[in-house]
Amino acid sequence: MIDLLSILFLAAGLFFFCTALVGLLRLPDFYCRMHAVGKADTMGMLLVILGLIIHHLGSGITWPKAVVSFKILFIAAFWFLGGPTATHALLRSAFERGQMPWTKDGKAVIEWPEEERK
Amino acid sequence: MGEVFIGAGVFLGGLISAGFYRIIKGPTLFDRIIAVNLVGTMTVVFLLLMGFIYQRVDMFVDISLMYSLLSFIGTLIFAKYLSRGRTE
Repeated sequence: MIDLLSILFLAAGLFFFCTALVGLLRLPDFYCRMHAVGKADTMGMLLVILGLIIHHLGSGITWPKAVVSFKILFIAAFWFLGGPTATHALLRSAFERGQMPWTKDGKAVIEWPEEERK
Repeated sequence: MGEVFIGAGVFLGGLISAGFYRIIKGPTLFDRIIAVNLVGTMTVVFLLLMGFIYQRVDMFVDISLMYSLLSFIGTLIFAKYLSRGRTE
């Protein structure tokens, strides 16, 4: 039962990673790729880590196992803070550099104020 | 349960090597950086899976934690450095 639950979480996490990778490879623009990667990435990591913790604590909780599980959970908590921060900073720097969003006919939908960019 | 971890590790290794396509052939610099970010996240999970395969989780979890910190700080440094367009 515990093995089944762990395998289920692992498979769901790998599916989310696969979704992020397909979005990274197939979408046309930097902003679209970031839209795909920035969320599916964090979700997949959380699901895989939950599966690993369930497997690790499933065979009886002892003190060293609890410490290791807490460390693994800390990685997930850190990435929940760090991933969106990194994505936001990267997006903001790309926007400040004047990276054009992709449109179907190639015309710009956003105009930057030229004098403020200097 | 070990075969499941080995299968998941092989699958994740395939995903990582597919992500290198965008790093090598990204049209802009930011594409490469976001691909590096995704590959870093997958590598953190891959290190954890390696710990479970080798039955040495207590050692590999520290390496994984350090790698996640380095990946986050690297992305932030790149974003800060590239925010004012000087280099192309």
